[in-house]
Amino acid sequence: MPELLLELFSEEIPARMQGGAARDLERLAREHLAKAGLTPESLVTYAGPRRLTLVAALAAATPDRSEEIKGPRANAPEQALEGFLRKTGLAKADLIERDGVFFAVQTTPGRTTPDIVAEMVPAIMAAFPWPKSMRSGTSTFRWVRPLKRILCLFDGQVVPFEAGGIASGDLTEGHRFMGADHAPFAVTDFAGYQQALRDQYVLLDQAERKRLILDGARTVCAAEGLELVEDEGLLDEVSGLSEWPTPILGRMDPAFLDLPAEVIRTSMRTHQKYFAVRDPNTGGLAPRFVVVANIEPADGGAVIAAGNAKVLSARLNDARFFWDQDRAPGSFDKWLDKLKGVTFHAKLGTLAERVARIEALAREIAPLVGADPELAGIAARYCKADLASGMVGEFPELQGVMGGYYMREPFPLEGGRAGLGVTPVQDGAGPAPASATGVTPNPNPSPLKGEGLQQIADAIRDHYKPVGPSDSVPTAPVTVAVALADKLDTLVGFFAIDEKPTGSKDPYALRRAALGVIRLILAGSLRVPTRALLFGPMVKALTNPLSKAGDLAAEYASKARDTLNLPKVALAEVKLPIAKKELQDQLDVLIARVPDDVSGLLAFFADRLKVLLRDEGKRHDLVDAVFALGDDDLVRITRRVEALSAFLATEDGASLLAGYKRAANILKAEEKKFPAEAEAWSANPEAGTAQEERALAAALRTEEGAVDAALAAEDFTRAMTHLAHLRSPVDAFFDKVLVNDPDPAVRLNRLRLLTQVRDTANRVADFSLISG
Amino acid sequence: MASAPLPLAKPRSFQGLILTLQNYWAAQGCLILQPYDVEVGAGTLHPATVLRALGPKPWRAAYVQPSRRPGDGRYGENPNRLQHYYQFQVILKPNPADMQALYLGSLAAIGLDPSVHDIRFVEDDWENPTVGAWGLGWEVWCDGMEVSQYTYFQQVGGLDVEVVAGELTYGLERLAMYVFDVDNVYDLPFNEPGSPAYKSYGDVFLENERENSEANFNGFDVEMLKRQFEDMEREVPRLLALHGPQGQPLVLPAYDRVLKASHLFNLMDARGAIAVAERQSYIGRIRDLCKQCAAAWVEIERAAA
Repeated sequence: MPELLLELFSEEIPARMQGGAARDLERLAREHLAKAGLTPESLVTYAGPRRLTLVAALAAATPDRSEEIKGPRANAPEQALEGFLRKTGLAKADLIERDGVFFAVQTTPGRTTPDIVAEMVPAIMAAFPWPKSMRSGTSTFRWVRPLKRILCLFDGQVVPFEAGGIASGDLTEGHRFMGADHAPFAVTDFAGYQQALRDQYVLLDQAERKRLILDGARTVCAAEGLELVEDEGLLDEVSGLSEWPTPILGRMDPAFLDLPAEVIRTSMRTHQKYFAVRDPNTGGLAPRFVVVANIEPADGGAVIAAGNAKVLSARLNDARFFWDQDRAPGSFDKWLDKLKGVTFHAKLGTLAERVARIEALAREIAPLVGADPELAGIAARYCKADLASGMVGEFPELQGVMGGYYMREPFPLEGGRAGLGVTPVQDGAGPAPASATGVTPNPNPSPLKGEGLQQIADAIRDHYKPVGPSDSVPTAPVTVAVALADKLDTLVGFFAIDEKPTGSKDPYALRRAALGVIRLILAGSLRVPTRALLFGPMVKALTNPLSKAGDLAAEYASKARDTLNLPKVALAEVKLPIAKKELQDQLDVLIARVPDDVSGLLAFFADRLKVLLRDEGKRHDLVDAVFALGDDDLVRITRRVEALSAFLATEDGASLLAGYKRAANILKAEEKKFPAEAEAWSANPEAGTAQEERALAAALRTEEGAVDAALAAEDFTRAMTHLAHLRSPVDAFFDKVLVNDPDPAVRLNRLRLLTQVRDTANRVADFSLISG
Repeated sequence: MASAPLPLAKPRSFQGLILTLQNYWAAQGCLILQPYDVEVGAGTLHPATVLRALGPKPWRAAYVQPSRRPGDGRYGENPNRLQHYYQFQVILKPNPADMQALYLGSLAAIGLDPSVHDIRFVEDDWENPTVGAWGLGWEVWCDGMEVSQYTYFQQVGGLDVEVVAGELTYGLERLAMYVFDVDNVYDLPFNEPGSPAYKSYGDVFLENERENSEANFNGFDVEMLKRQFEDMEREVPRLLALHGPQGQPLVLPAYDRVLKASHLFNLMDARGAIAVAERQSYIGRIRDLCKQCAAAWVEIERAAA
């Protein structure tokens, strides 16, 4: 098949946009070709720093297409036929008559592929979905950066067209700096194009560039007995920054190794796009880095390594400046003060207000997760402080990590630890040097000696976790309390102001927060009454706009909390003796929303849990069946789903489900026919007449109690085992016994038996929601 | 692609570097202008860039611009950071098709050989919210160091540009430190080493850094800065409402007041007198002033075109 080769050559395309551009080019080309009636035998795209390339195997032309158009019946009035002939532009003799109906055959001639391409490429370019695009010079054409040249060949011949003010041709060019001759050169096909580029120091395929970088980087490290710290995201990025990647090992001033490893790695990655290097003997960072150059340097790389080392030193000097400045006395107090001026969200107040909410919630959660409420409260109070630090200002991705380091500092946080019950130490307290601000540092001012302080610092460090699906889930109790409080505050706040995720839009990452809550709860097997926990914060969040209500809203919140288990109507009756009726009315409206909003948030958790369990291979109908019980204990829900899933996989389980469905269907049908009778069916059945009936009644008497006992003990596997004991009696019953016996008393008893079967099963899960 | 070798000797001093760049860009048809005489935070703010980027007329200029960043002062104790430093600014409007090649030619002229140095164009979309301007382009890296900012202006003063200008900004001290392999800015040779009155960069500017760092962080009277800011803010619309001999609004004097307001804001910021919550509002106020000037300037340019 003839080959189409297209290259769009431009000034440097941002690395982060190249992958998307290659995919968009492929998708748009396939769409256009399909519309034109061409199916490529193959179609591949490539993206690199200066070019987008497409190569496809295509037919030379589309075939002629003929289409039959149905006309009027042969016996229709003359006007109808005339109208049809006008429409089709044919004479009567051209029409075909079949089964008394006229048909017109219209033939559309095929088009040559170059024709189609000449139309397609400018159309694709004009509407290319770059994340950001620009104009250049006096042109109105938009591209990611100035477009320099278009190469377009079909079967070795130039496909002539113009796009963006540039005429297509057969020229391309090689590396910007390397190779003997930087003049553009002509090519005739893809194989020759790719080879010529390689000869001119351009590797077309990003996958090959990545392989080369990874192999080369490992090799230069291994030469010094070191190991590359691999980083997939960085590898992607640097492979988009070079056409001829050359990994070079550089030396870093070892004096910087006393900075936290996270700081060094982040500085290397974000500012300089270097890979870090590990010393396998110590497990720590080695004073080296790997830079990926875009040339094979004439001097072997000495100048490049030295230059990059110098830049890295300057960067790490900056980092050290922040590190030293951030550890100055009083930093934590200063940062907490700054948070008062930082808006979290216009409707959700400042970061300082958010921190106060997180602290209150963390103290409340602490006992539920086995944490000391005092430690959880302190950790929460300081958990966002580092957002105002110099280092996090420079490297936002180090949020939490830096707070953890700073909280562990032995002495300079004198002022910052005032909140920990520390009193400033008077002169002569110890050998520590006087600091710049004149505060005499205390060698160990914390009453939270050792362990407590470490727990607080760990919590500050890890409370954002888990950040992504692959991130680890903290289990230290203080950390868990703060991590849960942080996420629940976010969720409650945004739900209260109606900023819920819709479709693919989730600007505040609420799905991630909810998934984080679920994973924390499950990983720690935490028995948290989620509904109750959400209630107070939801009341506060909803009444927050009425901030002038102040204490009143707080009082309402506590009142509302006391009525947790009351239905909505009863809740609305909670009144306070207040003077301003209008305010009270507003509060009433908001308070009345609380149960619905809490339920909405719980349903959101249910959805996330479903996704999580589905990813683990659990059926979502089982999650629905368990959620329908109204439980809000995520651990219990998950255990139930797991037990149910295992049960239904057994023959007993599948068979019992069939028996359940049969019982439920009969009851439903009968209820429809005799709605007045249904109430009487929930009474306890008698022993009954038929043998199988008596056996089922006996089994129910034994197993119902056993199921309840197992459920109360939360032993769901045992509950299912007991449920399984019903299988043979149920099967035998349906096999031998006629439910609708002519004797009304016999029929009533049998309906009661079926009701009991259904209800017993439903105590384990709502079996009616299980498919199959 | 590669530029013809230039008949310029590789510079050996800070001023030699500046002269080389000036000669190089003069040869590309640029006007060689002199620094603007109002304090600015960046060379872009010179009216030769901000205002000339607007309107339909072609424009090519290059100049050195002393830039003041009061918050970056380090009392002369940091080898890289200065509250007063130099930028070399080039503006080519419309941006020529071979602008990247011209730029690389300038690097070659100052002695950066692309066969041993790793030169890269790394995405960096420039934005200056105080003048309502943005563009797409790159940071240009030489061996991992940013040696220039390269931007295709798309919007200036809140207005879409009619003709796109390409802007190059060289951070001169950093570039010189790299070219001359000097680790501390104050050790840069300002004039030719061995000259009868040889001076290092520190001989010329260290005292300035010491005194101004103190003034910026602790010295200036915040109330006075605030008052002056408000004076400038009032003066801009007033000047724009006045008319020159040809009936034009007084854009250039008004724009000078915008620059002063911007610098006063930077000084207040360095003094720690701008609360986080006020910051955006101040930046917005300066941008509004700048937009007024930009709109008036475009009118004048169009009328004259």
